[in-house]
Amino acid sequence: MNNTFDILIIGGGAVGCAVARELSRYRLSVALLEKEWDVAAGTSGRNSAVVHAGFNNKPGSLMARLCVEGNRGFEAACRELDVPYRKTGKLLVAFDREDLAVLARLKAQGEENGCRGLALLDQAQLRERLPQVGGIGAMESPETGVFDPFLYTVALAENAVQNGVTFFLGHQVTGIQVVSEGFRVTAGGKVFTARRLVNCAGLFSAKIAAMAGVDGYAIYPCRGEYFILDKIADGLLPMPIYPAPKAGIGGLGVHLTPTIHGNLIIGPSAEYIDAPEDTASTQPVMEKLFREARQLLPGLERKHIIGAYAGVRPKQAPPGEGGFRDFVIREEDTCPGLVNLVGIESPGLTASLPIARMVRDILGRTLELIPKESFDPTRRGILRFRDQDPETQARLIQEDPDYGEILCRCQKVTRAEIRQAIENPLGVKTLAGIKYRAWATTGRCHGGYCLPKIAEMLEKSYGLSPQEITYRGPGSQLFSGRVKE
Amino acid sequence: MKYCDVVIIGGGPGGLAAAKGAREAGARSVLVLEREDRSGGILNQCIHDGFGLVRYKTMLTGPEYALRARQEALNAGAEILTGAMVTGLTPRRVVTAVTRQGLLQIQAGAAVLATGCRERTRGAIAIPGSRPAGVYTAGTAQNLMNTKNLMVGKKVVILGSGDIGLIMARRLILEGAQVLCAAEMNPVPSGLERNVSQCLYDFGIPLYLRCTVTNLFGKKRLEGVELSQLDEAGQPIPGSQRVVACDTLLLSVGLIPENEVAAQAGVALDPKTNGAVTDKYLQTSVPGVFACGNSRKVLDLADFVTVQGLTAGRNAAAFLLDRPLEPMPPETSNAMAKGLPQPGTITCILCPKGCRIQADADGKATGNGCPKGEEYALQEQKAPKRVLTTTLKRADGSLLPVKTSQAVPRDHLLDYMDRLRNITLSAAPLPCGTVVLRDPFGIGADVVSAQ
Repeated sequence: MNNTFDILIIGGGAVGCAVARELSRYRLSVALLEKEWDVAAGTSGRNSAVVHAGFNNKPGSLMARLCVEGNRGFEAACRELDVPYRKTGKLLVAFDREDLAVLARLKAQGEENGCRGLALLDQAQLRERLPQVGGIGAMESPETGVFDPFLYTVALAENAVQNGVTFFLGHQVTGIQVVSEGFRVTAGGKVFTARRLVNCAGLFSAKIAAMAGVDGYAIYPCRGEYFILDKIADGLLPMPIYPAPKAGIGGLGVHLTPTIHGNLIIGPSAEYIDAPEDTASTQPVMEKLFREARQLLPGLERKHIIGAYAGVRPKQAPPGEGGFRDFVIREEDTCPGLVNLVGIESPGLTASLPIARMVRDILGRTLELIPKESFDPTRRGILRFRDQDPETQARLIQEDPDYGEILCRCQKVTRAEIRQAIENPLGVKTLAGIKYRAWATTGRCHGGYCLPKIAEMLEKSYGLSPQEITYRGPGSQLFSGRVKE
Repeated sequence: MKYCDVVIIGGGPGGLAAAKGAREAGARSVLVLEREDRSGGILNQCIHDGFGLVRYKTMLTGPEYALRARQEALNAGAEILTGAMVTGLTPRRVVTAVTRQGLLQIQAGAAVLATGCRERTRGAIAIPGSRPAGVYTAGTAQNLMNTKNLMVGKKVVILGSGDIGLIMARRLILEGAQVLCAAEMNPVPSGLERNVSQCLYDFGIPLYLRCTVTNLFGKKRLEGVELSQLDEAGQPIPGSQRVVACDTLLLSVGLIPENEVAAQAGVALDPKTNGAVTDKYLQTSVPGVFACGNSRKVLDLADFVTVQGLTAGRNAAAFLLDRPLEPMPPETSNAMAKGLPQPGTITCILCPKGCRIQADADGKATGNGCPKGEEYALQEQKAPKRVLTTTLKRADGSLLPVKTSQAVPRDHLLDYMDRLRNITLSAAPLPCGTVVLRDPFGIGADVVSAQ
């Protein structure tokens, strides 16, 4: 196989996949290297799943500008990519006078950034708006929304593949050499060459930059832990509610967010850690999360919790400093042809498409970008049985009886949807890949009911041996073998 | 829309019994909707014996019990539709089910909820730590091993001492895994004493009481768990932590009534247990909708689920025919012996009562509740015997649940398992009771089909 490309992208998070898709509009050969066995395996898949309005960031910063721009185009992009999105609005809640001042300042900052419709609510207005929420006042942001960042990233990747980008999953970059024709990159035991290199490695972006000889970047991993609540908690809250941010913390504070799938999530904490991929949950933080969430929403109960997860922010601000440092998106003077994206933390998902366009413009300074006539920006996702009306459901079953067999009882996911998830364009066959694509195993029984059925499908219909059935790729085997060989 | 006198949601022991009850009490059309491709519910994966002692006065495996329950429902004239997942129930008893043949809408004269229960998961008990592969609920592991021929792991820790966890400890040992320990956060085991005896003690598996898992390690596959001793208030005792290296954690930490369908119809649920609230006639807060078995309250034995199902079915028919309802039988189910087998006594495993029997050297027993208990205790004193239940592979790759035709020496169970390991049976039908291997161990015990 010829591993020579015009452009190599390192990292299959939302930003890497958005760049891949953006570049697939042009007559270029593009490949993406991802060390994990699926896209969105890092920070992109582990966050609050919120499309931000852009009032949190300093006026004039890339974060502010790209977030506001991303927010404006998000709904249209989700329509094109056939991924769910809901503009919910969001409330920032104040608990004391100091918080009220913070909200007033954020409103002014947001307006300067170009956010629309920001409004301050007094206590009476807050009670009227959301009687179940604590606090003495709030700021409302109507442009904030919720989405599924995993499906979004998958959709970007699939659309990129559709338009000619090659994805190499399970290819960890182990070496970068600057050579006369550009870059020679060793990944997954193969050697790739490319004229340009785009570093979208998130938590590892400083490391990748250093591999290419560009020192001076540092990433400080900052973990955020979450709880997931059962769908019975749906309706408890129509929109995300955040506390007014406190100075010096690494994130936006513990908040409550309804997900696009009807669950409610609590989190995140903010804790600087040493290992960038340590996504464990910890006892003290779990206790703290619940306590703080109760302050926002006194009606919350422990029995609603069905799971926990954690993500890690790739922060440039070191522990002592806190807060946010602006995105770095630039071609390096000392290493022409290398475009580094460093410190793409929140609001990176919201800003992913404008970031990709910015990368395109940077590359366009030295490469001729000729649009491809064949480029198709639309991508079809999996048709969800449970979201259809009874007539459509009946028709679906008639056309494809696999739609008449519900394998995941909690989320009502049918065999047809799981089949489509297994047959995804990226060729991912992990349980996590199927889980996030089809949304099976994500309910209150945690796959107790459907896991055996999915495993059987992978074995019988797709020829995987028990040892080849993994959670997230090699090393995460679900089974040690057969009971009876 | 199709009409049916009594529609029963769920074809496990409760639903099958309700079908029989409803038909016998005069309902003309009785339909059981079962989501799996065969009825029997969780019984089909419970290949161990111990079922049927109350209802049939004989020791059956789960699949054998399911077979009887299914046959009784069919003999009574009920219809069982498999592959039908009920997704909707209205307060006026319109049932919606999804099948490969299409969407089914049925107007039920009366409905019975027999939806069983689900297991509590890691998420529900919020165990901190990483999220690797290798953490299973005990029932899911049971399904994987006994019906899908998939081995969940080799070095196992069990959290909780529910019956399914205890049964799976033995099952894993028989299939060649190491079971390092079972940890129970309460001071007494939650499973039956007879299961502690025959599943843990028989194989020397330690049971740690007032002990729980407080952390998980391993990024890809589980590499270990941290166990902590708990104080009287259930809080981890500082300094008591120890890490146990293992590749699998099985959770047997409780069952929750499954009532998603019930909730749709507006059936009142117990906020604490999630069980459907019923009156003494097993009628829920929605007139004409009855509930039985584990969807109402998790019971220790399938036999009790059956007894309750029969009443629920009869009352559903009586509701329809405007006849008086009968009160449900007294709930004795959870009076089964729980606790630790006591030193110097033998916990009888022949029935769920779990009598603690003392046998003296002269061949006399005390503490037994029946003559069989004495026989058991004396045999146990000399040379313990157990009925071996397992699966055998068939030529089509499926598994057949089997058991020995009589109890066999306990201390040789692992040798016997070794001898069965590489046997493949033909794919031809092997009805329940068929001898599939004649005296394979040379001790006069056959291996018979138990499905």
